[in-house]
Amino acid sequence: MRPALKNKKLTQGTIMKPTKAVPMNPISAMDFIPQEQLHSLQLARLREMVDLAYANVPLFKARLDERSIKPDDIQKLEDIRLLPFTVKADLRDTYPFGLFASPMKDIVRLHASSGTTGKPIVVAYTRQDLDVWSTAVARALAAVGVHEGDIAQISYGYGLFTGGLGAHSGFEKIGATVIPASGGNTERQVMLMKDFGVTCVACTPSYFLHMIETAEKMGVDMRELPVRLGIFGAEPWTEAMRSQIEKKSGIKAYDIYGLSEIVGPGVGCSCLEQEGLHIFEDFFYPEIIDPATGEVLPDGTEGELVLTTLAKHAMPMIRYRTRDITSIMTSKCACGRTIRRISKIGRRSDDMFIIRGVNVFPTQIETAIMSVESVLPVYQIILTRDHGLDNIEVDIEVNETIFHDRVSAIEDIRHTISHAIERILGIRVFVKMCAPNSIPRSEGKAKRVIDRRNLNA
Amino acid sequence: MKLKQISLFVENKPGTVNSALKLLADNGINISTLSLSDSKFFGVLRLLIRDWEKARDLLEAHDFAVKITDVVAIEVDHAAGSLSKVLEVLDRHQVNIEYLYAFAAGLHGKAAIIFRFADPDDAISKIRSELKLVEPLDLFREIPN
Ligand SMILES: [Zn+2]
Repeated sequence: MRPALKNKKLTQGTIMKPTKAVPMNPISAMDFIPQEQLHSLQLARLREMVDLAYANVPLFKARLDERSIKPDDIQKLEDIRLLPFTVKADLRDTYPFGLFASPMKDIVRLHASSGTTGKPIVVAYTRQDLDVWSTAVARALAAVGVHEGDIAQISYGYGLFTGGLGAHSGFEKIGATVIPASGGNTERQVMLMKDFGVTCVACTPSYFLHMIETAEKMGVDMRELPVRLGIFGAEPWTEAMRSQIEKKSGIKAYDIYGLSEIVGPGVGCSCLEQEGLHIFEDFFYPEIIDPATGEVLPDGTEGELVLTTLAKHAMPMIRYRTRDITSIMTSKCACGRTIRRISKIGRRSDDMFIIRGVNVFPTQIETAIMSVESVLPVYQIILTRDHGLDNIEVDIEVNETIFHDRVSAIEDIRHTISHAIERILGIRVFVKMCAPNSIPRSEGKAKRVIDRRNLNA
Repeated sequence: MKLKQISLFVENKPGTVNSALKLLADNGINISTLSLSDSKFFGVLRLLIRDWEKARDLLEAHDFAVKITDVVAIEVDHAAGSLSKVLEVLDRHQVNIEYLYAFAAGLHGKAAIIFRFADPDDAISKIRSELKLVEPLDLFREIPN
């Protein structure tokens, strides 16, 4: 085990495990800060955030006043529980600038996300906030061994979405050579990857699968390219999908977590151990709550992740309900980082749909499919309504392992998959086999669920 | 002795079978015989083609799911009861048949039945002394390439 590192004093050092001898990047120093120091830093920063928001954000001040809470009541870290939650609707209700805590002259960047309905939400950054953000992303990258000399292809969308520019600035900060490819034009993406000798890719995991597929069609075997790792995020994905990506492309697939409301990508990231995601706790304070009661749950218990920004001045987010379901892991990571981990986010409340009274997450269906198939087929979930009754159809593209010259063999696989899904969901599903490439591919977040219930209600 | 059969996945909607056949025709590939087996929602189109490798590459490049399977062609007379004679032999040797279909093209006055056996090599070794197996070259002799 590595000795605890003093914050920011570290200039060099190596990880002791000989199998993963990656030189330690000084930017990672804060990942190893002793817990006590971390807690006092967190408290100081929390108090600063609360003061800032109370003085500048009318909504926050009104909510504290309603509860007769003064910023000074925050005396220890646990006092965070006195503070009200912030939810996505608060960002919409105060559109566009209502939650800003800094004057526009100090704000140097705005991002916005469309959301699924209605007005976008707007987020803001001071120059210092941008530095915190790129530092968080750089620490995420350092944790998986990205270094100077790496050639990084950023295939997240650039623009209002935080994914592209967020990943971009982190890779630049760590000293990699950045290719701002943005999303789309997949054949060109593969060409760039091959011709430029790309070593790292950042995009959504579903888009990377599409890139692998496109490469195969172009006669490019990704396993023979220099690309060695991918930083994937912006949508929930399963362990099964990770192993499929790793098998088909020969790269290591790492998970990066973030959301625009907090900062963008870089709130957390998996390390080389690939067991859960470290949260950069000195910047983002995590809590897990019972989504029904709002009660804070102990580490190790699954619930909704709530995040508080500890170093964001343009738009502090205090106790923001992410709607992501996870738990804070209790064990220490083998990598030696002292900052805590959350388990891989497989479920996002926003993706959940209710069918015949049952809550369903798309990843549950993916897990069921993967319990039958060794290779994850391209699939899509279609919800329809017939005479007032909701139906769920899972369209699956036939691939090499599913397709057979005997109809009955394909039918057998179809039945096995539908039974596996029914076992997990407890409701009947109709599985339909489709031709290859008949399901539209996404260049960003995969569109797993098509809800046609309003159309044929 | 064994023939390479191309199987294609086709969705049950108008035009899908034709799109495969047209693709092959447009590229000058002749189909010797075909059979379609289907369920309610999809089907498997099986083709015998002399240049099966070219056909496979072409179909795969156009996003068809393709599988190559070994099948065996057995010669039969154009006479009543000739197929049942063949089936008797197979039955006696306990050879498992997955499916069968007739070979449509002419074969110097005889016909051929295409068999998909569970184990083609085992089937061939058991029946070759009693039945006339058609060599690929003979089967495709009268088919323009
Ligand atoms: Zn770790």
